[in-house]
Amino acid sequence: MIAQLTTTERQIGLVLALIVTLLGAALGLAGRHDVLAYHGLLIAAFGAVVAIAILRQMDRPEPGEERLSEYYDDPIRVGIVLTMVWAIFGMFVGVWVSALLAWPELTFDAAWASFGRLRPAHTTGVIFGFGGNALITTSLHVVQRTSRARLPDQVSPWFVLLGYNLFCLLAVSGYFLGITQSKEYAEPEWYADIWLVIVWVAYFLLYIRTLARRKEPHIYVANWYYMAFILVVAMLHIVNNLALPVSLGSAKAYSVFAGVQDAMTQWWYGHNAVAFFLTAGFLGMMYYYLPKRAERPIYSYRLSIISFWGITFIYMWAGSHHLHYTALPQWVQTLGMTFSVVLLVPSWASAGNALLTLNGAWHKVRDDATLRFMMVAAVFYGLSTFEGSFLAIRAVNSLSHYTDWTVGHVHAGALGWVAMITFGALYTLAPAMWKRDRIYSATLVEVHFWCAVIGTLIYVFAMWNSGIVQGLMWRTYNDSGTLTYSFIESLVAMHPYYIARTVGGLFFFVGAAVGAYNIYMTIRHEPLPASARLGAARSFVPGE
Amino acid sequence: MAVGERDPITGIHTTGHEWDGIKELDNRVPRAVIFFLVVTTLFSVVYWILMPAWPLGSTYTRGLLGLDQRQVVEESVREANAQRATWTQEIAQLDFDEISARPELMQIVAEAGKTLFGDNCAACHGLDAAGSPGFPSLADGTWLWGGDPQTVAETLRVGINSTHPETRFAQMPAFGRDGILDAAAISAIVSYIRSNAEGIADLGPQDAEGIEEGRRLFADNCAACHGAEGRGDQAVGAPDLMDDAWLVGSDRQTLVRTVWNGRQGHMPHWEGRLGETERKMLTLYVTEILAGRENRQQ
Ligand code: HEC
Ligand code: HEC
Repeated sequence: MIAQLTTTERQIGLVLALIVTLLGAALGLAGRHDVLAYHGLLIAAFGAVVAIAILRQMDRPEPGEERLSEYYDDPIRVGIVLTMVWAIFGMFVGVWVSALLAWPELTFDAAWASFGRLRPAHTTGVIFGFGGNALITTSLHVVQRTSRARLPDQVSPWFVLLGYNLFCLLAVSGYFLGITQSKEYAEPEWYADIWLVIVWVAYFLLYIRTLARRKEPHIYVANWYYMAFILVVAMLHIVNNLALPVSLGSAKAYSVFAGVQDAMTQWWYGHNAVAFFLTAGFLGMMYYYLPKRAERPIYSYRLSIISFWGITFIYMWAGSHHLHYTALPQWVQTLGMTFSVVLLVPSWASAGNALLTLNGAWHKVRDDATLRFMMVAAVFYGLSTFEGSFLAIRAVNSLSHYTDWTVGHVHAGALGWVAMITFGALYTLAPAMWKRDRIYSATLVEVHFWCAVIGTLIYVFAMWNSGIVQGLMWRTYNDSGTLTYSFIESLVAMHPYYIARTVGGLFFFVGAAVGAYNIYMTIRHEPLPASARLGAARSFVPGE
Repeated sequence: MAVGERDPITGIHTTGHEWDGIKELDNRVPRAVIFFLVVTTLFSVVYWILMPAWPLGSTYTRGLLGLDQRQVVEESVREANAQRATWTQEIAQLDFDEISARPELMQIVAEAGKTLFGDNCAACHGLDAAGSPGFPSLADGTWLWGGDPQTVAETLRVGINSTHPETRFAQMPAFGRDGILDAAAISAIVSYIRSNAEGIADLGPQDAEGIEEGRRLFADNCAACHGAEGRGDQAVGAPDLMDDAWLVGSDRQTLVRTVWNGRQGHMPHWEGRLGETERKMLTLYVTEILAGRENRQQ
């Protein structure tokens, strides 16, 4: 891989890696009396490993000019592997943290394994580790293919991919050390945030430069979504993380916002992270891999347009529905609620556009678990956006808020939509990237698919039940006008659902592990012969 | 605008664009989409007219219904309090005996007490008040300070070893750690306690050693608080060491550790955190309902 870089590119890479090493060392030195020291060390080590890797290949001959006539796919291959590694890590911690709610002893009395630290390790692991790597990886693939242009240089994709993973490492290791600014999904502290800004700007420039080199007259829909994702996430990340460090030698920083303004900024960020990270980015993924796999044209270009603009415009307003019945002024809640209701229409339009694209390819959906992953993803996207608009209505929210219903809703989206579309995309992408004509084992894709579907359904049903039971128990009164249930009784009532949720999560995790194995074997081996796959009658071989 | 070829399966034209083999059909936006866009927008507009909605500089549109979430909450709290006043006033005015003589009030004490206990006490004493090591059972009829309503009410008000200025103090000295007794003496005392207390099932050969010595040491060191017979003293919160109710445990090792290190249990005070009526209900819930059966037997 490094041999593919030109000597100049190797030199630039080396300089960048050394700068990172120095910055890490400086940070560690400044923070030697603080937990910051560990992170300085981690950054320095990360930079040093990259520098050494480059140095060892410094004298390799220049790559041939013929590389320029091909797409640049090395970072994509690494990105696929990183995506699956984070998937396994994030989902494992997810199963663990869910088990913790049923069996609290599972912290083993270790501070780093307490619920408050494992939970963000899980959310960051799956959202940023798994989801983020999947988005970066597929976006670099899609933008090259749909623009018929090679990435403009060979350094910036590595800077983006590795830099982003350094951010994820800082985030997750920070939680275990107790470093957090306690803003949901924006937990990492100031130095990690600044680093992500740099990486993200590089990502934006990389994407724009590739689009500028395109040989197609028009920009394909998938790229609109990826661009929206990159641009808006930059904006959200910068504004919500405006903070003042205690000192340059301290990991701790304080938000510049306070009170209800801080809450509103946080949920403007939080909800739009759902919108532009977990929705727009993955819609971009869907708009490429689904029609590609189904070998069908997109159902309607016009529908793509109105749903794109609908989603980008309306989502921005919806964040305040996370703060119903709080100190937030009611008019802000009203706006959040009404825009959330309107939001259902472009959301369903996108889901509909995806499902209608499958017209004429339903036999493939039946036979090909990879395409089925993407079909089910579109269905769950529709379901969870419906649920989201519903939960945003104040009266409904008064029952659902603070209950497990919210958790169920998030996972209908996260497992059903985000993870499933990603697996569909990866099963399409991985064989292509390693020049295989198909995935190692179609049977294992089938196994993964059913584990994922069963796991999601168990999870979501458990949390619906638990959330609604919880919400009702909290608002049941005796005739005398006193509350019927204590909080602890509602907790006791949750126990069976928490166990069920862990079982559901375990199914999903096992599926992902099977997927990781399958992708690993695709990389290492030729695919299994067709006869080794599910029933001979269902022998559709997806063309790649 | 259809300029592209026809899709052989649906017969619809494509838009003529193609990216890496992906084409787009030129289908119209389905009517349902437009319809629901209009419906949801209309809903929003109506909602904006009725409710507080749009900011106007330093104020906002109040909405025709004139609703405000803060007023709504205050109003419903007032209503709820008015509804409860029928019985809260009685509980506030009557004394413990009078309340427990009134079944309809005790019904409310049972309901509300269960929730109050679950929310405030169960974390330490257990949902069924059976206690756990270090946290006494409130349902077994044995008491550190006393189980009559006045005493329990006072325990709740000031707590035990709490931060309340009038807190009850329960101080079991650290006889071993502070060098008052040596290990052999403590072992002898523990033998004396274990061989005389009720319901000790795991007596071993060690428990037979030094009983008489232990009896003498107990009289000298322990009787001041735990009483000459070791039956405890509620005036200082010293537990009965001869019954079969134990704060932590009755095995040899636990007892030796208790006498060596001492013990100071912490029970928070509730004055200032729970209202007087709530504490009164909790008191009755503890004495009449949780411990009621055991209390009456004694
Ligand atoms: C933080 C833990 C904790 C909480 C919460 C707590 N208690 Fe206690 N409570 C204790 C401990 C510990 C003791 C015993 C103190 C000692 O060892 O001297 C105790 C003792 C008592 C006693 C005295 C028992 C006796 O034998 O005299 C009563 C009565 C009591 N608690 C009632 C309550 C009630 C009612 C509540 C809820 C309002 C409550 N406690 C909440 C820890 C707690
Ligand atoms: C100053 C008064 C005082 C003296 C003297 C004293 N104790 Fe205690 N003891 C207490 C109090 C108060 C407690 C309850 C501690 C708590 O948990 O808050 C207690 C608790 C205990 C317990 C735990 C009982 C249980 O249910 O688990 C044992 C055992 C005990 N004492 C033994 C002794 C022995 C043996 C001596 C003499 C060597 C002794 N105590 C002397 C006040 C005293």
